[in-house]
Amino acid sequence: MKMETDVNRFRKIVRGKIKDNLKRFISSGELIGRQGNKQVSIPLPRIDLPRFEFGGNQQRGVGQGDGEPGDAINQGQPQPGEGEAGQNPGEHSMEVDVSLDELAGILGEELGLPRIEDKGKKNITQKKYKYQGVLRNGPESLRNFKRTYKEALKRQISVGDYTDDKPVIIPIKEDKRYRSFRIEEKPEASAAIIYMMDVSGSMGDEQKEIVRLTSFWLNAWLKHNYDNLDTRFIIHDAIAREVDEHTFYHTKESGGTLISSAYKLCEKIIMESYPIAEWNIYLFHFSDGDNWSGNDTNECMNLLDNFLLPSSNLFSYGQVESRYGSGQFLKDLEKHYGEQNEKVIIHQIKDRDGIMNALRSFLGKGK
Amino acid sequence: MVMDPRLTSELTPELKDIVSEIESHARNLGLDFFPTIFEMVDYQQMSEIAAYGGFPTRYPHWRFGMEYERIAKSYEYGLSLIYEMVINNDPCYAYLLRSNSIVDQKTVIAHVYGHCDFFKNNYCFSHTNRKMLDEMANHGSRVRRYIEEVGHDEVESFIDICLSLENLIDQHGPHIRREYKPKDKDNYDESLVSPDKLPVPKLPSLRGYMEGYINPDSYVKEQQAKVILEKEKEKKFPESSIRDVLKFLLDFAPLNSWQRDVLSIVREEAYYFAPQGQTKIMNEGWAVYWHSKILTQLVLKDSEVIDYCDHYAGVVQMSGQRLNPYKLGVEMMRHIEKRWNKGQFGLEYTLCDDPQVRRNWNKNTNKGMEKLFEIRKYHNDITFLDEFLDEDFCEDAQLFTWVQDRRSGQAIIHDRDFKTIKRDLLDSMTNFGQPIIDVVDGNYRNRGELLLRHKHQGKDLKIDWAVETLKNIFKIWNRPVNIATIIESEGKVIHYDGAEPRIEKGINIESY
Repeated sequence: MKMETDVNRFRKIVRGKIKDNLKRFISSGELIGRQGNKQVSIPLPRIDLPRFEFGGNQQRGVGQGDGEPGDAINQGQPQPGEGEAGQNPGEHSMEVDVSLDELAGILGEELGLPRIEDKGKKNITQKKYKYQGVLRNGPESLRNFKRTYKEALKRQISVGDYTDDKPVIIPIKEDKRYRSFRIEEKPEASAAIIYMMDVSGSMGDEQKEIVRLTSFWLNAWLKHNYDNLDTRFIIHDAIAREVDEHTFYHTKESGGTLISSAYKLCEKIIMESYPIAEWNIYLFHFSDGDNWSGNDTNECMNLLDNFLLPSSNLFSYGQVESRYGSGQFLKDLEKHYGEQNEKVIIHQIKDRDGIMNALRSFLGKGK
Repeated sequence: MVMDPRLTSELTPELKDIVSEIESHARNLGLDFFPTIFEMVDYQQMSEIAAYGGFPTRYPHWRFGMEYERIAKSYEYGLSLIYEMVINNDPCYAYLLRSNSIVDQKTVIAHVYGHCDFFKNNYCFSHTNRKMLDEMANHGSRVRRYIEEVGHDEVESFIDICLSLENLIDQHGPHIRREYKPKDKDNYDESLVSPDKLPVPKLPSLRGYMEGYINPDSYVKEQQAKVILEKEKEKKFPESSIRDVLKFLLDFAPLNSWQRDVLSIVREEAYYFAPQGQTKIMNEGWAVYWHSKILTQLVLKDSEVIDYCDHYAGVVQMSGQRLNPYKLGVEMMRHIEKRWNKGQFGLEYTLCDDPQVRRNWNKNTNKGMEKLFEIRKYHNDITFLDEFLDEDFCEDAQLFTWVQDRRSGQAIIHDRDFKTIKRDLLDSMTNFGQPIIDVVDGNYRNRGELLLRHKHQGKDLKIDWAVETLKNIFKIWNRPVNIATIIESEGKVIHYDGAEPRIEKGINIESY
């Protein structure tokens, strides 16, 4: 109980540190590699209080063991016993585990993102039973056997009713303990993200890395907002196909680009899997802006106008700058939708440093 | 005393028997300790207690939370395991880990009695508060009260400041009476502002026109300058430098009452923990010496010997770059015991320079045990190593000095020269391997600035941290603060007055 307070105070400081370093984390990809099941392990400079201390130009010390002068010392195993201050001052860092959800919260605060408004079943809530604590009264079905047993054991020992020879425990009424619960009403909301990416030759590794980083944070934020999140991946050049996440980020094709192929597949996926009334649907399309022909671009606008926009919360187009791309598609979209469209967000991501702004513009409408 | 409702867990009857058996062995062998209370805890509780430095009732602060997460994580990753904790208190408190095997419990119990004997008898601990458990709880409730009164953030950030100055105490303070009389630093002397009017003793001149010849202006000015210098000296405050910077701040910094109390709490706890740092090698060596003696000679069953040895090897294993205090300590103890048993001491032995003769020296004096008890009473790590770390030991224990290779960053063995090893070792331990800093002037430049001095002993301060620390002192002193030090062989003063920190040319620190 007491430690919990101190740990929470510490975590608060850690949150601040993460915020300070968020830009670095967002653009470096360091965190994605450190992602465990639901936790991300974050390397932070150790949070030390400053002191008057020696600055070591060169470190030295005394050790014990075999070896000739000039031999490297093998780093020994840490010994049992209390840890002691090492002889090595200098740059310490520490690893802090943070849940993805908390990280998303920090991202939201830092970017000033509004909470997402659920366009789906706004008024539908789901009851959840949350068990908490222990009561002395309750229905038998909720009896907590372990606690009851412990209470009985305690009582019998204290009145001298228990010996090792006769290990019989008989709970009486006052020993009985029951689980207590509370009903929580949680909004039930589901969302699907469909990522589309141009994998034609002009999208290089760096461009794909930017897409990967951007979508990692998009995912984190949307997961923070919805109970249930589905992600689907579409890659396309002249034809589109649905792939798994790994393939999505690691495919390189050559050849032409028909963006409409991806939008068509996207339409199909929505029709098959996500009833519009129940799902919040997010569409993200990344490309370097080259499309095969103006005809295909027109086809894309048709698909957007007639199906994709009406059925989704948001359509975001991220144009990743590449040396080869003409960037025409962005101009076409802007011409068609103007800069202020409720459901269409168009953003150019110049390099890694641009990711933060991209996130802000994709998510800033709270859709 | 119930410190935490979860900690009331008693020992099993089996362990109770073991405790009383080992206790009586320890007493029969001459160990002398306060009553010792063992508590059984699980790993999580042990980690909590360890995070609080052994005191679960301590004041709240985020740093304990950080320490807890560090311990818990290194346990999760299987990097380290805390086997035991002992608290220097009367009675001593010791925590046993529930998951330990019986052999481990026996080892730990015997080990604990070694520590308890050391706490009670070593002179470094003679001034420590033996009711520290109560005192810490007291501190805890006072701090919690301030938190309620002025707010958590406010109190916590003030504790941050105090902790950053935690090491500015006088290690030897508890053993030496150093009196200083604070002068009234607000005493404003007008004559220092207009020295022209300062009356000085003059020779009598009967006639007015002679005055200029008898007491020429240059003479008067000279006399005035002398008086001013005297007055300056008198105004100097403190009169001589003060190592206990925290005490000086407590006495003279413009703090309000809760801040003063928090600072005094931090200072008191720093003094309480200081002897443990001063005697780490001896204390662990002593405990290992006794647990291995008691266990192997009196307690272990045949079936337990292997497990015991396995654990023992873990405790004294070498850890490369870092000296293992358990290993170094116990090997030193055994070395001394052997020498004094064989009479390898005294003038004759010291003067003997034939290694063959020295090695075979045996006068059957059998004074080893007596010597060890004497040492555990009168030494700290520095005096212990200074006096007993000899060439033979250095060689047997395979000590070496290492340096970090500039290119690879790898630590490599530098040499095995006895003199360098000893010098480096003692160097690294002086003042806990921390810079020596004292207050030399509380009214620097006659403007109420604080001037600290770093007694430079060959190693520069870490400048960025020194600046950050100065900023913290500024928050307490409320007037500009300075520290005189040497940076790259040049005398410098780091100055901080709330704006940008500045590094200025050095002052003549000798005049202070």
